[in-house]
Amino acid sequence: MTSAETPSFTELEAISKRVRRSIIEMITAAKSGHPGGSLSAVELLVGLYFDQMKHDPKNPKWPDRDRFILGKGHAAPVLYAVMAEAGYVPKDQLNTLRKMGSIYQGHPDVRFIPALEASTGSLGEGLSVGLGMAFAARLNGSPSRTYVMLGDGEIQEGQIWEAAMFGSFHNLDNIVALLDYNKIQLDGWVKDIMALEPIGDKWRAFGWHTITIDGHNPAEVRSAYIEAAGTKNKPTVIIAHTIKGKGVSFMENNPKFHGTAPNPEEFQKAMAELA
Amino acid sequence: MATNTKYELKPGPATREAFGRALVALGRENTQVVVCDADLSKSTYTHLFAKEFPERFVSCGIAEANMVAIGAGLAASGKIAFVASFSAFVMNKGFEQLRVTAAYPNVPLKVVGTHSGISIGEDGPSQMSIEDLALACSLPGFVVVSPADDVSMFELVKLLAYHPAPCFIRAGRAKAAIVYEDGEKFTVGGSKTLLEGKDLTIIAHGLMVAEAIRSAEALGEEGVSVRVIDMYSIKPHDVEAVNKAARETGAIVVVEEHLVDGGLGVRVAQTVASGTPCVMEFVGIENRYAESGTPESILDKYGLLARDVTAASRKALARKK
Repeated sequence: MTSAETPSFTELEAISKRVRRSIIEMITAAKSGHPGGSLSAVELLVGLYFDQMKHDPKNPKWPDRDRFILGKGHAAPVLYAVMAEAGYVPKDQLNTLRKMGSIYQGHPDVRFIPALEASTGSLGEGLSVGLGMAFAARLNGSPSRTYVMLGDGEIQEGQIWEAAMFGSFHNLDNIVALLDYNKIQLDGWVKDIMALEPIGDKWRAFGWHTITIDGHNPAEVRSAYIEAAGTKNKPTVIIAHTIKGKGVSFMENNPKFHGTAPNPEEFQKAMAELA
Repeated sequence: MATNTKYELKPGPATREAFGRALVALGRENTQVVVCDADLSKSTYTHLFAKEFPERFVSCGIAEANMVAIGAGLAASGKIAFVASFSAFVMNKGFEQLRVTAAYPNVPLKVVGTHSGISIGEDGPSQMSIEDLALACSLPGFVVVSPADDVSMFELVKLLAYHPAPCFIRAGRAKAAIVYEDGEKFTVGGSKTLLEGKDLTIIAHGLMVAEAIRSAEALGEEGVSVRVIDMYSIKPHDVEAVNKAARETGAIVVVEEHLVDGGLGVRVAQTVASGTPCVMEFVGIENRYAESGTPESILDKYGLLARDVTAASRKALARKK
C-alpha cells in the first residue's frame, strides 16, 4: 500500500484467512475453478498487496505504481480475492466468478478489470510481458517494480527461459519472478510429469539472483521482497516452497484439487477449517 | 520496363528499407518509440534505428515468442513499441503471444514482418511467409497492411505508429517498383484506385501492384478497360471500393503474393458475395510451398507475374459474358 505503516504479521495472517475463505466461496459458487494453486499463493500475494507493493487502489493507473502479473492465470480467484480486499474490485460480487457478465472472468481479463496489468491464462507469457514493463520503467526513469507470479508447471514452457535470458542480459533489477512451487500440476506431481530440479541452479545459471523461502511464512515472504528490492543489476526469482491447497486439509497436496471445485459437503468442511 | 500508363514503375528499394527509414524518422520525432529485434536487424533494417537510438533498441536474441510479449509489455506501458523479424518467424513463432498479449487485451503493439511472400528467393520455403496475412487477419482487432512501394510503406509505418490498435505491417525483401509520388497519403481501411476502367477490376497488394499495372497495360492494348486498385489495407479493407468495382466492372481479379487460402482474395470475395455478386478470379500461391531460386524465376514458376494476372483476367472476362 502507499501508507508508510508496516502491517503486523498477525494482520497479514488475518487477511490471508479471509482471502482463503473468499477463494473457497467463489469457486464453490462457480462450480469450477482452481482452488489448489489459488490457496498455495495466498501469502505471496497478500505480502505484495498489503505490505511491499507501492500501489493505490484509488488511482490504479498511477504511472509509477508497482505492477503485478499473474502468469499462472488459472489462479485468478486468489488475485480477485486479494484485489477485493485491497479495494480494487467489489467484494460482494466475488461469487459471480466465471458467470456470464461477471468482471471475475475464468482467467484475468483486462477488458473486465482495467486495474489488471495483463490478461493471462496461456502459460509462459506473463514473465515476458512483465519484463517489457520493467524495461519501459527503466527507460522512463521510474521507480516502478514489476512482480510476476509463475506456476511451477508453467516454467516447463520454453518461453520462460527465453524471458529469463532477457532479464539478466538487460540487467533488469526492477523485476521479481515469484515461483509458487507447490509441486503439483494438472495431471499430477511435477516431478513425474517434467521434473524441474535443480531449480535454483537453473535460475542462477540464467543469471538471476535466487532466494528460496517457505512461501507460507509471512516473515520469510517479507524479507525475500526486501532482499529482491535491494538486489542491483540482476533480476530476482523467489522460489517459494508452498503447499497446493494450503489451509484446507483434504485439499493439501491433493492433485484432484488443482482444477476441481468443492462439492457442498466439502465446502462446509473447508469453511469450518478456515473459521 | 516502362509502361504506357502514367506509372513508370521505376525500380525502387525493397519495402523493408522504407520501414527502417520510417523508424528513424519516428524515433527522432517521438522519444516513446522503441524497437525490438530478434537478431535480424541488418535484414529488417531496424539497424538504422539501433544505430541512432541504441538505448531504445531492445535486443531480444533469437526468441521471437518472447520478443512479441516483451513488445506487448512495452506497449502496455505506453511505449510505441515495434517488434520486427522475418514475417515467417514473428507471425508463426509469435502467433500465440500476438493472440494473448496483444490482440485479446487490445494492446497497440506494432508487428512488422519482412521477407514476406516467395520473392525472397534463394533462402527457400522455411523463410518464405505465405500464411502471414491469414494469421494476422484472424486476430480480432488487428489492423493489417501490405504496402506496395517505398512511399506507401514509409507513410503507413508513420501512420500506424500512432494508431490505437495492434497492427501488422507486411514488408518485402525484393526491390519494389515505385508506384506513388512522395507526399501521397494513406488511411487505415483505405485503398488507391490507380487506374480507372470499366470492363474488369484487378485488386492487388504489395509487390503484385506493379504486376497488376503491367497486366492492365497489356489488356489495354487489346482494348480491355481495366481498373487497378492497390488494396494496401488488408484489414479492414475498403468495402466501398470493392462494391463499386463489382457494380461498375462486373469482374474482379485479386492477385497477391500469399496463399490464396486466407488471403485478401477471400476477404474481397466475402464482400462481393454479400454485396453485389460478380465474377471473380484469384491469383496467388495455391496450396503448396515454393522452393529456392532467383526471385524472378520463383515468381515465374509459381505464377505471380503480369502474364498470370492477364490470363486470370481473360478467364474472368470470358465468364462474365
